[in-house]
Amino acid sequence: MTNEDIKEILGLVREHNLLSFEFERDGTRIKIARSPLAPGSFRIAQEGELPSSSDSGLSLPSPSAPAIRSDKIRIITSPIVGTFYRSSSPDASPYVEVGSPVAKGQILCIIEAMKLMNEIESEVEGTVRAFLVENGQPVEYGAPLLEIDLKAEESA
Amino acid sequence: MASPTKRAFKKVLIANRGEIAVRVIRACRDLGLATVAIYSTADRNALHVQMADEAVCVGPPEGHASYRNIPNIISAAEISQAEAIHPGYGFLSENAHFAEICHAAGITFIGPSPETISLMGDKARAKALMREAGVPVVPGSIGTIATEAEGLDVAAEIGYPLIIKASGGGGGRGMRIVTAPDEFSNAFQTAQTEALQAFGNKEVYIERFFVNPRHIEIQVLGDADGTIHTLGERDCSIQRRHQKLLEEAPSPFITVALRSAMSQAAVAASKAADYVNAGTVEFLVDPEERFFFIEMNTRIQVEHPVSESIFRYDLVKAQLLVALGEPIAPPPPKPEGHAIECRINAEDPWTFTPSPGTISRLILPGGPGIRVDTAAYQGAVIPPHYDSLVAKVISTGKNRDEAIARMLRALGEMKVDGIKTTIPFHLEVLKDEVFRSGRYSTSFVEHFMERREEHSDKHSDKSKDPGPEA
Repeated sequence: MTNEDIKEILGLVREHNLLSFEFERDGTRIKIARSPLAPGSFRIAQEGELPSSSDSGLSLPSPSAPAIRSDKIRIITSPIVGTFYRSSSPDASPYVEVGSPVAKGQILCIIEAMKLMNEIESEVEGTVRAFLVENGQPVEYGAPLLEIDLKAEESA
Repeated sequence: MASPTKRAFKKVLIANRGEIAVRVIRACRDLGLATVAIYSTADRNALHVQMADEAVCVGPPEGHASYRNIPNIISAAEISQAEAIHPGYGFLSENAHFAEICHAAGITFIGPSPETISLMGDKARAKALMREAGVPVVPGSIGTIATEAEGLDVAAEIGYPLIIKASGGGGGRGMRIVTAPDEFSNAFQTAQTEALQAFGNKEVYIERFFVNPRHIEIQVLGDADGTIHTLGERDCSIQRRHQKLLEEAPSPFITVALRSAMSQAAVAASKAADYVNAGTVEFLVDPEERFFFIEMNTRIQVEHPVSESIFRYDLVKAQLLVALGEPIAPPPPKPEGHAIECRINAEDPWTFTPSPGTISRLILPGGPGIRVDTAAYQGAVIPPHYDSLVAKVISTGKNRDEAIARMLRALGEMKVDGIKTTIPFHLEVLKDEVFRSGRYSTSFVEHFMERREEHSDKHSDKSKDPGPEA
């Protein structure tokens, strides 16, 4: 299953306003759940709704993507608002690449905010599966940054 | 007006939510300024997010982690390249530290200087400054009172009843009313302890306590060259536990001479504080028409539309123009007609218990003389994390009677399903004889509720819940 497939599924889940969704194919299982407790976390049927602001202007990775808590993948989200960088300086090499093994507490990337470099550490052990934002891109609170394939024992 | 290309800023971040964020977005749009909304994860579908040109999520639902999160808000301005921040009311609007950080980051803070905010935020310093400037202040201690013995001496001078207040405080905490000297010792110690717990500072001061005062405020507007304009008064005496519920302008109590004297005092107060932009000088007025400075609010007020309605003047637009350094039109010297604002809160109308939830049906009023400022829509969620204001309904008429009649018509039309609102409370207040007479004080709501209960007891055999017509 590719990232594009997952994105498509997320789109459908959002479109149909589902609270949870499970999918299994070729031994890969994905479970998507959205919290019904957070009042803003699902879209309500609206009449005469104005065009969404996210359609124009700043194109930020939106935190409205449902959090994936699949058995095998963890999405790392931004704890603050700022600018996403994959390395500590333009000359330095990236902290991690797709395929890099990561340990708990290892630095994955930085978010620059108010001229401070905030190091984002991995909360899990595994392998970098994909980056979800480009180097130098602004991110808002909760924006998905990268995906980690969880190490076998964590994915139990 | 400067040509748009030479403007001091072209994009404004609104560091707020709800109806005031919507109000500021509208004023920006009228001036051709781009807008950036900020929001918490609880407000993803909020109207201000939908209306702004751009929107940035700044944190989780809790206010301190989102709408009060200074680093995330400054970062949101930086990544969206907003050059100015409008703080609205509440949240960071009267936070001098935030205004300072904006300046340091090269962002225009739309409001007075950090020094003015800080000075007016310190109630004891503000009072001392007003006394120097010749503005009448509530009789009380000069500065803070350190010991009980000193307090007793000052109390003897001021007279009873008096109130002990926390210097760093507000919102009723650290406040104690003392009616006689033998109660002083106990009240003084409790006030100090509460002040320390609530504000981390045990400093208190003493003031005369007025039993049935009116709460009347003067709207001021300071332009960039130091001129202070005034836009008359607003009567905010209809309040419950220091929360205003209904405001009107002009005050049914104020004479032309008193308005003029209070406006002059407000100008003196604003000049003493080097005031720039929109602000409000609050006074207590006693039954003998003597008025006393209480405090200055260094922000736009919730109830600003009543002044806008009778002066036909856009205060939020003026705030933006002053911050841009562009000239503002002077407001007209005299108001015209009468305006009333009812705050429609998501609360039980009689117990005032908050009632968050989803608005399943919404019908807003309209027609001649009615303005509605709201961020509500059918399907909107009123989250439990923020204040309960759902809508402000403002009625304007050629006189007070017409304004009341129009408000009754408007609130009769208005339907909000899915949550409880204070509409039934307002409908009864508007029909109340004491309110209609215009002779009311800050104890109105308390007395009104008592009258209502007595009435309800008498009619308990007929109906469990007497409606407005009962």
